Amino acid sequence: MSRLAAVIASRKSEGGGALIGYLPVGYPDLETSIEAAVAMAENGVDAIELGLPYSDPVMDGVVIQKATQAALAGGFRLRHGFEAVAAITARVDRPVLLMTYWNPVVQFGVDRFADELVAAGGAGLITPDLIPDEAADWLATSDRTDLDRVFLAAPSSTDERLKQAVEKSRGFVYAVSTMGITGARADVDSAARGLVARLRTVGATSACVGLGISTPQQVREVLEYADGAIVGSLLVSALATGGVDAVAAAAALLATGKSPARAH
Amino acid sequence: MALRDEVGPYFGEYGGRFVPESLIAALDELDAAYQAAKVDPVFREELATLHKTYTGRPSIITEVPRFAEHAGGARIILKREDLNHTGSHKINNVLGQALIARRLGKTRLIAETGAGQHGVAAATAAALFGMECVVYMGEVDTERQALNVARMRLLGATVIPVKTGSRTLKDAINDALRDWVANVDTTHYLLGTVAGPHPFPVMVRDFHKLIGEEARAQVLELTGALPDAVTACVGGGSNAMGIFHAFLDDPSVKLYGYEAAGDGHLTERHAATITRGRPGVLHGARSYLLQDEDGQTIESHSISAGLDYPGVGPEHAWLADIGRASYLPITDDEAMQALRLLSRTEGIIPAIESAHALAGTIKLGQELGSGATILVNLSGRGDKDMETAGKYFDILDAAALADSDLAEIRPDELGTGASE
Repeated sequence: MSRLAAVIASRKSEGGGALIGYLPVGYPDLETSIEAAVAMAENGVDAIELGLPYSDPVMDGVVIQKATQAALAGGFRLRHGFEAVAAITARVDRPVLLMTYWNPVVQFGVDRFADELVAAGGAGLITPDLIPDEAADWLATSDRTDLDRVFLAAPSSTDERLKQAVEKSRGFVYAVSTMGITGARADVDSAARGLVARLRTVGATSACVGLGISTPQQVREVLEYADGAIVGSLLVSALATGGVDAVAAAAALLATGKSPARAH
Repeated sequence: MALRDEVGPYFGEYGGRFVPESLIAALDELDAAYQAAKVDPVFREELATLHKTYTGRPSIITEVPRFAEHAGGARIILKREDLNHTGSHKINNVLGQALIARRLGKTRLIAETGAGQHGVAAATAAALFGMECVVYMGEVDTERQALNVARMRLLGATVIPVKTGSRTLKDAINDALRDWVANVDTTHYLLGTVAGPHPFPVMVRDFHKLIGEEARAQVLELTGALPDAVTACVGGGSNAMGIFHAFLDDPSVKLYGYEAAGDGHLTERHAATITRGRPGVLHGARSYLLQDEDGQTIESHSISAGLDYPGVGPEHAWLADIGRASYLPITDDEAMQALRLLSRTEGIIPAIESAHALAGTIKLGQELGSGATILVNLSGRGDKDMETAGKYFDILDAAALADSDLAEIRPDELGTGASE
């Protein structure tokens, strides 16, 4: 079991589950993005998903698009991603994953990218536009380096494809809560519950739900059936409006959702 | 295996599906529906009838001897896709895809557009089939193409200005993909070129390949022989694949795709994707693209909005690598001079996109000499480009324009024309 999977399993066994927080590297600047990620970890986030800004982020909603676009305009380079991972893992004992669209990895070189990530202390990659069918290079490289690889599973996926996502993923499989893109939603789609149930039947032992989660209540609801809850846009909004302190407060509030609701 | 038999999802190392998992089911459903339709006589008859009674097919060929005098005296024959309904080859693909969408029970069409030609074609198909239509268009393009926005609205479509990224065609595709992920149950994404995830490159090509099939027979009938070369402009590459495909297994026929070189392919302002780009992944497929060292997409530049795209269809990338087709750069100015030349010598005003193919053909004719026959895909007409051309050649009566209603619609910088 990978360290990330172990962290998630350990949170689950404590009666709740894992809280995974997303923030993009380089927003509003490299240093602040590192501070914000550390603040998440110090306020109840169990694993960190660092997004690498990309020019054409088709899976992202407006909040994350704006932040990553600002990071690119501010001079973001891929090496800043490794610098951020190294800086964060030196300060907090949490698994740090990179969330990246596939072309930057291809251009950097899949092997070289993996080696740099290992050297920086990173746990692995979440790849929103790479399906296992197209991932031969990454499957081989992640096996060589023992990096986690998180593929997506969607409500529209066939059972056969869910099985493939579970078998090829390491760390966890990312259950897309709804047919859509990132961004806070009032209701996390009931499709998520059904999707995680389907993932269980094809063997998932570590399934985390993302897209649309923005309140402690939603975190609690998701952790009733999933192993982890992934929050992104809300934390990015907090960073945009209130800086690192607001991220810390938002993370602490979300983390209250990790404990099961108290009986009345 | 014959080159014509390639059906994806890969063309050599290019193509594939680099999209979020949420879209895979929709792509599989589309692929299955397309495979079924392709061999269904009812579907084939429906599409053929539409082309005959609505598009205006077959399009004619026109030999242009006065233009050819400037091209080394080679024999030059134009395939007149400019005469199709809506003014370009784009209608071939939108009618085919709209029929597929209807078979799938989809009631909503979405499309991306650069200057508006594909958006207008998609809106036309939606009107004809009684479907809802939403067109994503970069905010920059809606500003420079206010008249095409009005055309789409008149046809009943909703035009959504895309305000993210570079606010141009590539960002319009991103937003169309985001819409599709969220609304895939009711919605068909009517992609306008031979790019994107499988099955789009092969399906869009197949809907356009009648261009080459008609032209091959027409040229044979006119000249008694195959042409020595076939030329077309290449942005995403749909009109070029459409005319190239019938000739892929005719080794005597050379194929030339002309890319938009903007200010020059050695400057920073161009859209010469195969000439200057390198392989990578964009908009769901592996192909050549314009990108920086980190794999971030670089914005392209061309006077022709329809060629102003930093990617290219994967089949072109493959044809370039195996040497079956050659891809060469044509600057804004070379294209504009060719546009004026065809207008003055033959009374045919081409789209600026197609003028890139004409400019390349002039050079090619001079190279091949008077014994050669060259077939050119005249993919669109230039009506949409009159303001750009008027301004470029300084033949626009600015004072009169300022008094006209037109000026109220477009007081800003004058833009360019149709999607390639």
